[in-house]
Amino acid sequence: MPSNKSVSDAPITQFINCRILRDNELQREDLWVREGRILDPEKLFFDEQGYADKRVDCEGSIIAPGFIDVQINGGYGIDFSQASENVSDGVSFVAKKILEHGVTSFCPTLVTSPPEVYHKVTVSFLSVLPQVKVHDGGPHGAGVLGFHLEGPFISAEKKGAHPEKYLRTFKSGGLEDLMEVYGSLDDVAIVTLAPELPGSQSVVRELSRRGITVSLGHSAADLSQAEEAVQHGATFITHLFNAMLPFHHRDPGIVGLLTSDRIPAGRTVYYGMIADGIHTNPAALRIAHRAHPSGLVLVTDAITAMGLPPGRHTLGQQVIEIQGLHAYVAGTKTLSGSIATMDMCVRHFKQASGCSVQEALEAASLHPAQLLGISHKKGKLDYGSDADLVLLDEGLNVKATYISGEEETGPPVPSYMIDMVLMD
Amino acid sequence: MKLIILNDYDQASEWAAKYIRNKILQFSPGPNKYFTLGLPTGGTPLGCYKKLIEYYKNGALSFQYVKTFNMDEYVGLPRDHPESYHSFMWNNFFKHIDIKAENTHILDGNAADLQAECDAFEKKITAAGGIQLFVGGIGPDGHIAFNEPGSSLVSRTRVKTLAKDTIMANARFFDGDLSKVPTMALTVGVGTVMDAKEVMILITGAHKAFALYKAIEEGVNHMWTVSAFQQHPQTIFVCDEDATLELRVKTVKYFKGMMHVHNKLVESPPSEPKKN
Repeated sequence: MPSNKSVSDAPITQFINCRILRDNELQREDLWVREGRILDPEKLFFDEQGYADKRVDCEGSIIAPGFIDVQINGGYGIDFSQASENVSDGVSFVAKKILEHGVTSFCPTLVTSPPEVYHKVTVSFLSVLPQVKVHDGGPHGAGVLGFHLEGPFISAEKKGAHPEKYLRTFKSGGLEDLMEVYGSLDDVAIVTLAPELPGSQSVVRELSRRGITVSLGHSAADLSQAEEAVQHGATFITHLFNAMLPFHHRDPGIVGLLTSDRIPAGRTVYYGMIADGIHTNPAALRIAHRAHPSGLVLVTDAITAMGLPPGRHTLGQQVIEIQGLHAYVAGTKTLSGSIATMDMCVRHFKQASGCSVQEALEAASLHPAQLLGISHKKGKLDYGSDADLVLLDEGLNVKATYISGEEETGPPVPSYMIDMVLMD
Repeated sequence: MKLIILNDYDQASEWAAKYIRNKILQFSPGPNKYFTLGLPTGGTPLGCYKKLIEYYKNGALSFQYVKTFNMDEYVGLPRDHPESYHSFMWNNFFKHIDIKAENTHILDGNAADLQAECDAFEKKITAAGGIQLFVGGIGPDGHIAFNEPGSSLVSRTRVKTLAKDTIMANARFFDGDLSKVPTMALTVGVGTVMDAKEVMILITGAHKAFALYKAIEEGVNHMWTVSAFQQHPQTIFVCDEDATLELRVKTVKYFKGMMHVHNKLVESPPSEPKKN
C-alpha cells in the first residue's frame, strides 16, 4: 500500500456519536473533516495510517449539510435592497446571525428596485450589487453564493409587494434591458422573471448559458409559457403558489410545472416553498410535496423584521408589529412578509407534510445545492464536500453550526423563537 | 481438538468473541508486547466482530496493542471496492475499534509484484513473533482462506486461482455477473495458519455440515484443506447445531458433554487486565 503521508498535515476532526445524513438516509457513522472538507476515513486509515487529532462528541445529534437559503431579503432590521454606504456590513451582520438557524450559505435577495440600486448610475449613489461579492462562509458568517435578483422583469398583475413604478419589460429585445438595469451579472446566482413578458425567452437562454439560475415568479404565465421557459433553461419557481395564477384544472399555470410531461429528460424543476405555516397553507404544501418531492426547496423569503423580538418596530418608512410568526403593518392585519427562520421552516415542513427527517433536511440543503449546480461541494456529506454542517436534536432544533469544519455558533436561537414554532 | 457446539449462530459468534477477548486479556498486551491475531472475512465471522466491537465499546477490551493479519484479499480489485477485504475489515471491524492502522495487515492485491507482497507478508508475521490466535472460517468445500481443494497442506502465502465454485458463490456480491468476480486472490497458506500458536475455526449453518464432517471425522486430505488442522496441537472448532448435521451422534454427544468444561474458557475475566 503506497503511503501518502505527504497528503496533508492539517489537523483532523472526527465527529462521533452522531447520525449523519448521507445517501438519503440517517446513518450511524462518524464524520471526519480535514482542511474544511469531509474526509474518507477508510482512505485515511489504509493510505495514510492517520488518525483524528480532535474528537467532537455530538451526544446523539443529527448532522446534516448546512442549510442553504436561496431567497432572503434581510433580517434583524436590515433590508438588503436598501442602498447605503454599508450594505456589505448589513449582509455580513445577517450572515452571522443566520448561522444560529443552521444556514451556512445564502443568496441575498433584492426585490424590484431602480437601476441605481443594482449599479452605479450616478456618482453620488452607492449601489448594492458592487458592494457584496460571492464569498465562502467562515467565522464572519454564512457564505454568499451570489445575489438572487427578484425583479424588476416581472408581471405588474402579480407584483405582490414589489413597487410598480420600477417594473421593467424587455422592450429593447432582452439582454440589453437586463444589463441596463443590473449593470453587471457578476455575483448574481438567480434571476426571477416573468416568462410571459415578450422577449423573455432569449433572456432565459442567455442567463442559463452564463450559469445563472432562472426562476419563474411574480408572473401570470400559463402552463405552456412556463414550459417553454423551462425548455429554454429555467429551473426554478419562486415561492410556489405566491404571486402566480392560482391552480386551475384547465390551465394549471406555473404550478403545473410540478407534474408537467414537457420537462426535458434528465432535468428537474425546483420550486421555492415558504413553509412558515402562514404564506402557504399546509394543505397546499402537501399537494406540492406529494406531487414533486425531489424539487422542493425551502426558502425563508425573510424580510427585515426576521429575528426581531415581538412588538413594534420602525423599519424604513414603515412601522410593523410582530406577533408570533406574523409580521403585520402596524395597526392592521396586513402581512408585511415572512419572518420565519430556516430551522423553523424545516420543522414546520416536516410536521405539516409528514415527511421523514431526511426529506425535511434535504429540502433545505441538498435540493437548493442541486438547484444552484453546487451539489458536488455543498448540500451533501459526501467525501470531498465542504464541511458545512448543522447539528440538530431529535426535534430538529439547531444545536451548532459548522462552516468548513469549524464551529461558528455557540448559543442557540433565543427561546421565544423556538416557542413560536411549537405553537403551529 | 476442541469442538464447541452452540445452539445457533448468535451463540456461536458470542462464544468465539468471548474466547478471543479472554485470550487478549490473558496475554496482557502492552507497548512492547503485542497480541497477534489472524482474522478472516465473510459472513460467518460478522457476528463475532459485532460482539468484539461491543466489548471494546463497553471498555472491556482494547485493541491498542493488538496486531492483526488478514487471511486473504482479491487480486486486482480496487482497495476501496465495497467487496474488497480492506473495505470489509474497515466497515465491519476496524472503524469501530481503537486499533492503529499500522498494526493491521492485509495483503495488497494490487501490488506490482504479487509474490513479493506474499513473501513480505510472511516476514511481517515472523517479525511480529508469529500469530497467537488465528481465527478462520471455511467454505462449503472445506477451504480455509483461499486454499481451495487440492492446495498443499504445507503451503505458504501466495497467489491462488479461485475455484469455479468460489467464483460462482461470490458472483452474488458482484451484481450476479461472473465476469466481474476476481479470479485470483492472495492468501495465507495452510502452513502459515498451521504455524499459529492456536487456531479457531468458525463453522455455522447446515450448508457447512458436510465440510465439518470432512474436517474432523475423516482423515487429513488436501481436497478438504481444513482437515489439516487435525495435526495442529491447539485447534478449536466453534459451530452451531446446524453445522453438526453430518456428524455422528457419538461425536456430537461426546463434545456436548464437555461444554461445561469448555465454557470455563469464556467466562468473564475476574479482574481488570494488567495495565502496562
